[in-house]
Amino acid sequence: MSGRWTWFNITSVIFGMGFLYLPIVILIVFSFNESRLVTVWAGFSTKWYGALFRNEALLDAAWVTLRVALLSASVATVLGTLAALALTRYTRFPGRTLFTGMVFAPLVMPDVIIGLSLLLLFVAIGFDRGFLTITLAHITFSMCFVAVVVQSRLVSFDESLEEAAQDLGCTPFHAFYKVTLPVILPAVISGWMLAFTLSLDDLVIASFNSGPGATTLPMKIYSQVRLGVTPEINAVCTILIGIVATGVLIASIVGRRRDIQRKLDEQQAAQEG
Amino acid sequence: MKSLGNVRRSFAPWIDPKSVPYIRFENVTKKFGDFTAVDNLSLDIFEREFFSLLGPSGCGKTTLLRMLAGFENPTEGDIFLDGQSLKGVAPHNRPVNMMFQSYALFPHMSVEQNIAFGLKQAKMNKSEISDRVQQMLKLVKLEKFAKRKPHQLSGGQRQRVALARSVAKRPKLLLLDEPLGALDKKLREETQFELMDLQQELGLTFVIVTHDQDEAMTMSDRIAVMDAGVVKQIGTPAEVYEAPDSRYVADFIGSVNIFEGEVKQNADGLVKLDSPDGFSEIQAVEDHKFETGQKLFLAIRPEKMNLTRERPTDANAASGEVWEIAYMGDVTNYIVKLDGGKMVRASTINRKRAVENPIGYDEVIWVSFEPDGGTLLDR
Repeated sequence: MSGRWTWFNITSVIFGMGFLYLPIVILIVFSFNESRLVTVWAGFSTKWYGALFRNEALLDAAWVTLRVALLSASVATVLGTLAALALTRYTRFPGRTLFTGMVFAPLVMPDVIIGLSLLLLFVAIGFDRGFLTITLAHITFSMCFVAVVVQSRLVSFDESLEEAAQDLGCTPFHAFYKVTLPVILPAVISGWMLAFTLSLDDLVIASFNSGPGATTLPMKIYSQVRLGVTPEINAVCTILIGIVATGVLIASIVGRRRDIQRKLDEQQAAQEG
Repeated sequence: MKSLGNVRRSFAPWIDPKSVPYIRFENVTKKFGDFTAVDNLSLDIFEREFFSLLGPSGCGKTTLLRMLAGFENPTEGDIFLDGQSLKGVAPHNRPVNMMFQSYALFPHMSVEQNIAFGLKQAKMNKSEISDRVQQMLKLVKLEKFAKRKPHQLSGGQRQRVALARSVAKRPKLLLLDEPLGALDKKLREETQFELMDLQQELGLTFVIVTHDQDEAMTMSDRIAVMDAGVVKQIGTPAEVYEAPDSRYVADFIGSVNIFEGEVKQNADGLVKLDSPDGFSEIQAVEDHKFETGQKLFLAIRPEKMNLTRERPTDANAASGEVWEIAYMGDVTNYIVKLDGGKMVRASTINRKRAVENPIGYDEVIWVSFEPDGGTLLDR
């Protein structure tokens, strides 16, 4: 592998990065625009951020989104982890292939279909739409993402660890709680974070299943944009990007440090051994 | 009286018909789907015994161990531990601990916490736990490493942590699944003796699974040689080596030459075989009566074969050509192609540093052995 910069490499990087991030950069820049017009630069200002925190409707929507995301991510993590366990551990039960397929189908199913089918279900059973239905809908589609993430970790999990725990006096449940769970915890946390972000930015499924008084932030943003983009929206989006970027950055730094530490430890152990 | 090697002095409960076995497998069969891993097997193991289950992979030895630990249940038959049936007893309720082949150390816990894990489950009080952990760390010489995590240890150290963890609860029975498989040769030999000392010191019963015959020979009081779910032979290391009762066992333990022949004469404890393998006839000392004309096999170890340039006076002799020489340091192994075409192995001990005119390649020499050097087998 050569690490040299060639014209080809540089061009690819510029085009790739530009394609990915140019829109976001523009959005961030215009959130600091003095003018009300989104497309005309009129000097630097943070006034839209101030306006944002006085916009009750937007804050309400943010609060609903946060609660939906926290609740749905947590429940989806529990359910998704259980599904992953069932899929990796009990490899012989009848209909396993069907079950696997059914767990993973929502990954590729269009959001519109998931949203519509849930709406039909809620209508059919006479369930009042609102906060609860959005949360349930989010649990439904994000638990399969959790299942995928956790399952990929469980495949490489040495089951004799659990047996060793039982051998040393743990009931099967204790063995899971004290040994398996701590070992697969990083994957469970990633699963939770994935479910959380999926819920944060979902528009389609939430739109189908929301009711009066339960508007999520993406829904609010979308409805406002239809009346014209305001720099306020840019400000909200910038804050959202900031939160997500910080999270990703912290996660990757922590992960990298742990890897480096682990390598050092192993080298040391090998030398002493 | 002639004896087949030495066993641990005055320890041979299996000889005494009055002694009660500590573990008893009674007609145990284990099936996985259509595959029979263990086939109608009965086996007694005694208290304080160092017992090896030896066989190639897939012979059912690990399944046997896992049934003792409770991770598998017999399809048929029953297992008794100290007179109690183990039917329906969950792994966490068995007074048995196991050392896993992969060591199965808990990666999120330090060495100390790993060792203390079982003690905490047993609800021992804190000071007792820390005393016991210290004791165990000392036993396996890892005091300095108490705070380390498993990934900060070398292979040999991990193996010792696994051992300490599995004996920390003072189980009466310790199961070891290929405990030394991952260690290099030198460390393995050292650890073999450490394990034997530990077993003596703590007065435990050890049941160990291994595919390494040297390991089984070195450590065990008795060995069960297994193949395809059945026990072929149980005996002390000397018994299975010197008096194998089938060609399978003779071949699995150590190296062996097997000659085939028909019984020509059988009188006064001496059997004469008609042998086509380059010997005019083979004589073997054997009390057992065989029928004239019966087809038999004579198994004889390479170190019981003599190599000479002159025709020897031994009863069984054949001439051949030196085909291969492997100098191992302590012994030299020869492969000789007999005039009949059969390849035989012979080894000589190098008791002198320098030998004048040693036997070399392509020499025509005589291979011979005493009538009591081998074992006659009918299967």
